[in-house]
Amino acid sequence: MKKIYSIPELCINCGRCEVACKTAHSKSKNPVKAYKYESCPAPRIRVEGTNDFSFASNCRHCAKPLCVEACIAGAMQKDPETGVVFVDERRCVGCGTCVVTCPFGAVHVEQTAIKCDLCGSCQGQPGNPSCVAACPNRALVYVESEDE
Amino acid sequence: MLDYVLPRYRVERDEALCIQCGVCERQCSNGVHDVDTELGKCFEKHSACVNCQRCVTMCPTGALTITRWPQVDNGTNNWNLEAQQEIAKQSQTGSVRLGSMGNPKPYPIYWDRLLLNASQVTNPSIDPLREPMETRVFLGSRPTVIKVNETTKTVETKMPPQLKLDVPVMFSAMSFGSISLNAQKALAIAARELGTYFNTGEGGLHRDLEQFGANCITQVASGRFGVDPHYLNAGSCIEIKIGQGAKPGIGGHLPGSKINAEVSRTRMIPEGTDAISPAPHHDIYSIEDLRQLIFSLKEATRYSKPIAVKIAAVHNVAAIASGCARAGADIIVVDGFRGGTGAAPIRTRDNVGIPLELALAAIDQRLRDEGIRSTVSVVAAGSVRHAADVVKAIALGADATYIASAAIIAFGCHQCQSCSSGTCNWGIATQRPDLTKRLNPEIAAERVINLVRAWNHEIQEIMGGMGINSIDSLRGNRLMLRGIGLSEKELQILGVQHAGE
Repeated sequence: MKKIYSIPELCINCGRCEVACKTAHSKSKNPVKAYKYESCPAPRIRVEGTNDFSFASNCRHCAKPLCVEACIAGAMQKDPETGVVFVDERRCVGCGTCVVTCPFGAVHVEQTAIKCDLCGSCQGQPGNPSCVAACPNRALVYVESEDE
Repeated sequence: MLDYVLPRYRVERDEALCIQCGVCERQCSNGVHDVDTELGKCFEKHSACVNCQRCVTMCPTGALTITRWPQVDNGTNNWNLEAQQEIAKQSQTGSVRLGSMGNPKPYPIYWDRLLLNASQVTNPSIDPLREPMETRVFLGSRPTVIKVNETTKTVETKMPPQLKLDVPVMFSAMSFGSISLNAQKALAIAARELGTYFNTGEGGLHRDLEQFGANCITQVASGRFGVDPHYLNAGSCIEIKIGQGAKPGIGGHLPGSKINAEVSRTRMIPEGTDAISPAPHHDIYSIEDLRQLIFSLKEATRYSKPIAVKIAAVHNVAAIASGCARAGADIIVVDGFRGGTGAAPIRTRDNVGIPLELALAAIDQRLRDEGIRSTVSVVAAGSVRHAADVVKAIALGADATYIASAAIIAFGCHQCQSCSSGTCNWGIATQRPDLTKRLNPEIAAERVINLVRAWNHEIQEIMGGMGINSIDSLRGNRLMLRGIGLSEKELQILGVQHAGE
């Protein structure tokens, strides 16, 4: 499957990916409204580090996702076809087990678990990730994964 | 001491649009922005802003604008705010004022006073999309007579070494040290893709860029940084830099803070030491000495590469160019006073030298009058801003043009003229790793390739309009130019008639 990879040598710690992520998952798709007027969840991608060394971190859509294994409600799932790890928000009870099991810190809970959905239009389907499109330095690439 | 210096710019933040994402704060190496999420407010240190417009460009919501500092002067045209501020700075520091890029003063820009011709009725214009349009240029000396064997259809005369350019635009010298390796790498990639040349500048050739030797001009300047036989043979042409348009008559000084391990290795000087280029070459005090260096370099490269001599446009530039041609130069580069630099004393930058257009016209005319124009190619440098400038330069007598400011503007440079500070937010004129990585050579190369390709299309379009299908027919073709709003003397020097004539 195609995954989002961060290239630390090119990451410039600007954080535009975070803004793009939050905007893409907002109702209005407008960054100003998303940040100031809507109650939409925090970005699913997070730039870690400082200007000297940084990289954007988000869900790795692991081959054997610990979050899926640990989910007590069966909300966290991996689509067998596409490989996308997604949350079924109707089932999620917000217990946070996924948060503690994720080795990458890529899940957080705001009532339900929130994580990268590859900007797909429906659950389990990958789309065109907005963070990749927003990166000004091509530090984020969306390419076929080598580990599956 | 109380600082009498006023801010130059004011950062305007549209609070209605600001989402306090902090992109501006993290992207500003000058520490202008302070996004305080606890207070939910942003603060700006206006005095630190250099107007590089990195924050303006990067802001995801377009909330930022830079304006001039609103302080008015006292209404005097003489002691205006700028003149007073210069005194404020110098009386505080006691130092020579340094600036960057080319002459910013409102001297006439002759490109904008020249108009191009087009065909009507009596000679047909050419559609470049339907018919071949030659923009290939060869630079170097040309033999006076060419012997052709008619039976074998081969040229028997031994041709001197030449550079082949697919587009009449090359990238002028910007050294590694003054610009980042990523910037030079982007130019190298673009030069290879476009079939043209980039110039190492006086800072040597980084080992990672040796693979681009076929598209590289290596420069030998007064500091002789990074020069050894391997370097001389690594490129396709050697350029002797006598002068630079932005600062004719003076040398260069790259501060030790910019001489990191890579720059040190490439320049062959100790890490952290200042790289000082003397004003003159200490072995050139006459045309004869220049000839000696030219032929030393030709010997060192076994006469396989053309030798260029770069001179700044100064008052008697035509005679100097003639001397360079007679000293054995294959290519003469003339650099006008609007040509850029990483650092120059402001007083020199703003007051020394002459416009490229006048220098170019004078050189071409002088070489033609002396019957030696064909022994040498002329390259015009010093603020060529767009395709029309290229066309006008060629019509005034240039074989090709050099661009550098335009290329780095394509990289993101906003001409803030703060290159010498070493904190270029665009990753161009800096060696700080956190800043140089902002310039992804792949993206930068794509942008400059796009730029030059676009220019080449426009050049073809303009030539087609004139009914010319080869750049060779445009060279020195001043009938294609008409002056507008120029004095008799200016027209005479440019060798063009007035519009309407």
